[in-house]
Amino acid sequence: MVNSGVDSGTGLTGLTAHEAQALLSSGAVSSVELTEAVLARVDQVEPQIHSYITVTRERAFEAAVAADEARSAGNVSGPLTGIPVMVKDNLSTEGVATTAGSRMLLNYTPPYDAHVVEQLRAGGAVIIGKGNLDEFAMGSSTEHSAFGATNNPWDIDRVPGGSSGGPAAGVAASECFISLGSDTGGSIRQPAALCGIVGMKPTYGLVSRYGLIAFGSSLDQVGPFARDVRDSADTLSVISGHDRRDSTSLDAPAQDFSSSLTGDISGMKLGVPREYLVDGMEPGVKAAFEKSLETLEGLGATLEEVSLPLTDQALAVYYIIAPSEASANLARYDGFKYGNAVNDVPTAWDVMDQTREQGFGPEVKRRILIGAYALSAGYYDAYYKKAQQVRTLIRREFAQTFEKFDALVTPTSPTVAFKSGEKMDDPVAMYLSDVCTIPVNIAGLPAISVPGGMSEGLPVGLQFIGPQMGDGTVLRVAHAYEQATEWHKLKPGI
Amino acid sequence: MSEEVTYELTTDEVRHIAALTRLGLSDDEVEMMRGQLSSILRVFESLQQVDTEGVEPTGHTTEVRTVLRDDSAAESLQREGILENAPDSEAGYVKVRPIFG
Repeated sequence: MVNSGVDSGTGLTGLTAHEAQALLSSGAVSSVELTEAVLARVDQVEPQIHSYITVTRERAFEAAVAADEARSAGNVSGPLTGIPVMVKDNLSTEGVATTAGSRMLLNYTPPYDAHVVEQLRAGGAVIIGKGNLDEFAMGSSTEHSAFGATNNPWDIDRVPGGSSGGPAAGVAASECFISLGSDTGGSIRQPAALCGIVGMKPTYGLVSRYGLIAFGSSLDQVGPFARDVRDSADTLSVISGHDRRDSTSLDAPAQDFSSSLTGDISGMKLGVPREYLVDGMEPGVKAAFEKSLETLEGLGATLEEVSLPLTDQALAVYYIIAPSEASANLARYDGFKYGNAVNDVPTAWDVMDQTREQGFGPEVKRRILIGAYALSAGYYDAYYKKAQQVRTLIRREFAQTFEKFDALVTPTSPTVAFKSGEKMDDPVAMYLSDVCTIPVNIAGLPAISVPGGMSEGLPVGLQFIGPQMGDGTVLRVAHAYEQATEWHKLKPGI
Repeated sequence: MSEEVTYELTTDEVRHIAALTRLGLSDDEVEMMRGQLSSILRVFESLQQVDTEGVEPTGHTTEVRTVLRDDSAAESLQREGILENAPDSEAGYVKVRPIFG
């Protein structure tokens, strides 16, 4: 610790959660001390990073005291007991404002916790606050938040990615050990890549969506951000499992994903889909990717180029299905039941029109309009139904590929973190940032992004994609790669 | 397949969709949305090259099944916590402006 009492993100606050847990177990540090260190770090860097929308200081200390007391009584329940964490602000927290990054939900306080928040609390985690995001998780840069943008800890003039930019930047800048995000088309993996940390989207249905503010319900999935794969596996073990309140929750027994981290991938077959090396991929990203492939071969994996031609259609499929589902999901924001309403107008219809005009930002409006158009009479077959049919073909293409391969390896995003403001007026350019992550959500597959190199002083992400329910497999490959490289140990200089 | 597929929206179409979705838009926003939505629609054009004859649509990726629960009383959210979030309420109900103006 330095004299000011604030470490620079490389001391206590820069540890992995499992390293911090070892200190807690040995009695070298208490959860209250960890929480104090993290909150001091938050005070130090938030003016530049802005990864939190809300910091719940008092609640955090209450949870830390409870975790310390449980530990003294011999009741340590798991890997996150006493560990400071952040949750994205589209995950409902009982008694704590939940905004989804939107003016629409200013002053909304959920009367209940999301399933994953219940799981974190039951696991003894210390929730520090709520992470910034693009409004309703729609965006790839966290610039579409009604509460101001989050900046990338590696270069504060650049975006952290999105939509889970706050949770990603928070872990990268040592403002929490672990965070939870949501991933509809890449909103965990792309910001993890751009911030140089690990981000995982589990198999659709593995983690309950109960209490996650809905965007695209057939695509949305909650997952962890962490500084290494072990912490990701441990967090997934805590938050996954069947929940009857989500009708798409898979009825699978709880798993300990850390048992997948064998460190051995010799003999595994990895496919390298050529369509993911898109036009416009930066040379530095491509070079880092090629070097990562050599590392994987060095670990004894067999690599083979493979073609998934329908990858080229994934962006179109996604930008029909996700906005269509969003236009239906966001119909609930009518100014009657909760949130920020314009009420001093003559009729209920005026309340709806004006509440929605003033409450939603431009990207949310674009997606509602595109979705409603794709679903409207005369266009349904050409857009929505067509996209759902191509979705079937994309799923088949992946299923056939996984008959031959254990996992696929791709870059996570075609570029490193881009400059703030660069893509704000060009929605399609912004959408292309997710071209390597979107196909995974369309097919409901598990995928993880791990630090896989540097280009121009900025992190590059490496993505592993597995078959449905192959969450353990992608964790295993990602862990072996990570342990053979040093990229995950690099920290931003903030 | 529809004959009417178009990748360029008119301002009237933007106004029509905005009305369907109960989304107030200023004239400037209508013009901005017209250009931006048209550029997004052009991304969709490539889908027409894919042969989907006889292909079942995918709604979501888990095995589709009807999830039932026991028809028994259980604890639910308290009315107070829910009504505290409503912009206006009276006598335990959400209160809204008149539907007919």
